[in-house]
Amino acid sequence: MTTGEILLKAAALEKTRSVKYAKRKRNNRIALVLALSAMVFGLFWLFWILFETVRLGIDGLNIATLTEMTPPPNDNGGLANAIYGSFLMVTLATCVGAPIGIMAGIYLAEYDTKSWLASTTRFVNDILLSAPSIVIGLFVYAVVVSRFKSFSGWAGVVALALIVIPVVIRTTENMLQLVPPGLREAAYALGAPKWKVILSITLKAARAGVITGVMLAVARIAGETAPLLFTALSNQFWTSSLSQPMASLPVTIFKFAMSPYENWQKLAWAGVFLITMAVLSLNILARLWAGSDKN
Amino acid sequence: MITPPRPKVARSGPLFDRIFAWLAKGSAIFTLVMLIAILASLTISAWPAIDKYGLGFLTSTTWDPVKEDFGGLVMIYGTVMTSLIALLIAVPVSFGIALFLTELSPAWLKRPLGTAIELLAAVPSIVYGMWGLLVFSPVLSTYVQQPLQAAFGNVPYLGSLFSGAPVGIGILSAGIILAIMIIPFIAAVMRDVFEVTPTLLKESAYGLGATTWEVVFKVVLPYTKAGVVGGIMLGLGRAIGETMAVTFVIGNFNQLDSLSLFQAANSITSALANEFAEAGEGLHQGALMYLGLVLFFITFVILSLSKLLLSQLRKNEGAKS
Repeated sequence: MTTGEILLKAAALEKTRSVKYAKRKRNNRIALVLALSAMVFGLFWLFWILFETVRLGIDGLNIATLTEMTPPPNDNGGLANAIYGSFLMVTLATCVGAPIGIMAGIYLAEYDTKSWLASTTRFVNDILLSAPSIVIGLFVYAVVVSRFKSFSGWAGVVALALIVIPVVIRTTENMLQLVPPGLREAAYALGAPKWKVILSITLKAARAGVITGVMLAVARIAGETAPLLFTALSNQFWTSSLSQPMASLPVTIFKFAMSPYENWQKLAWAGVFLITMAVLSLNILARLWAGSDKN
Repeated sequence: MITPPRPKVARSGPLFDRIFAWLAKGSAIFTLVMLIAILASLTISAWPAIDKYGLGFLTSTTWDPVKEDFGGLVMIYGTVMTSLIALLIAVPVSFGIALFLTELSPAWLKRPLGTAIELLAAVPSIVYGMWGLLVFSPVLSTYVQQPLQAAFGNVPYLGSLFSGAPVGIGILSAGIILAIMIIPFIAAVMRDVFEVTPTLLKESAYGLGATTWEVVFKVVLPYTKAGVVGGIMLGLGRAIGETMAVTFVIGNFNQLDSLSLFQAANSITSALANEFAEAGEGLHQGALMYLGLVLFFITFVILSLSKLLLSQLRKNEGAKS
């Protein structure tokens, strides 16, 4: 092979190389632009939904929304009984569900971390965490509503509490695992019994994370509609009695939004606005809270 | 003879300690019992329908509450179809978002953008539903469905997918809204698993001259494939169980005459949401409970698979580090 041939071959090789490189570079650029557009696509929906919620929600919002009862079609009124019902059921469900969740989280993180019971519980809990909430509604209907022959606020509380538990278990366990073992050992060395070590050392150290978990659980159930549809049902009037059907904000929104009446739809938008703001601010607060404690 | 005092045996602890341990264990057992109780109570309540129809329930399309004749195929089809559309849209988008967050985004933007996407998951489903019905479906009808129908309406086979009234309500819009709802779940899992890829692997690839895309597609993705599939399964489980958003936009119409994507249809969850409170005791309620049981079973299987795949990734990670 002459020097000329070698040079020619090298030049040809160089050419295919640069063509290939240009192609790879182009592919890379296309992929990255697509990734950027996926990100924009995701954010676009968030802003569109928030924008419409605020625009249409503020339109329907006034003092009467917060003080008056849900009206019949084509009449003025507010959402006071629904807001109260939601508030009451969410509070009670959190008070019932959070302690059970925290205790189970303690069991998983502090007592048996590797036993058969613990790993099964973890597995089942992760499934319950993502299980369809309407199935929880069916379950509570079958064991509470059909037994007492009446839809009731209590049934709603039970359904929501069952949704709180898996969320709280997950965060509590994760947060307790972050507590350094040295803290526990130091407390044991001082002769503290296990319950005291857990309550006043590990749980205290993981406090911020555990509270964050509870807040996220509250945010989750505040917007839940499906499990309330056939447990608490709805109620057009103010009731503080948990043994009667009870109105809640999400179920009222569902009923009003699907109706053809303009005033109901307006109130539904106001309700959507209230619920979105409440849920999102709880989420953001929870994140800030968890973040501030780490630093 | 003096008997020596019996040595103090350390028991399992004072009373309160034992009570506390039992409370903790009891709460964990409670979770297990809950799963079993859900399965048992659904089966018992669905028994009238299971007894009458058996597995034929899953392949029959009749749903007639007046004549009390029930079959679940229409709802099962609606659930499967909307979830598939949702996955078709959500998987590539979530992959893009995860790629952007792990490889492209400047460090200071990572957290705010990640949080924004997570907030999309926090928005209650009723909000998606109402927005979907009153804001999104008119837009979808005017700017997507009508042009599609004009362009492909007369093409054989393809045209039948786009037949029917383009009112913005039906399988397609339910699928799109489900996609928006599950993007955050899939994207979050993908981002998390992408981040566990050892930096050493990625830097080796970069050192050999690979582009960012090649690193992600040929190094990160193969390394994390179990986790990625797990994340997709998690999203699928969510999509199948989602109730309110679907109920608003699917149209709640029991038919399977046309396979058009624009047709109003019904899903398991929307049938439950609409009919259950009014259903009379007996066969109608039993049939709805049967649907609920099918739904729970499907999500249970999918979520278990997802969990297994995700834990497999974690195991590999442990072995290699």
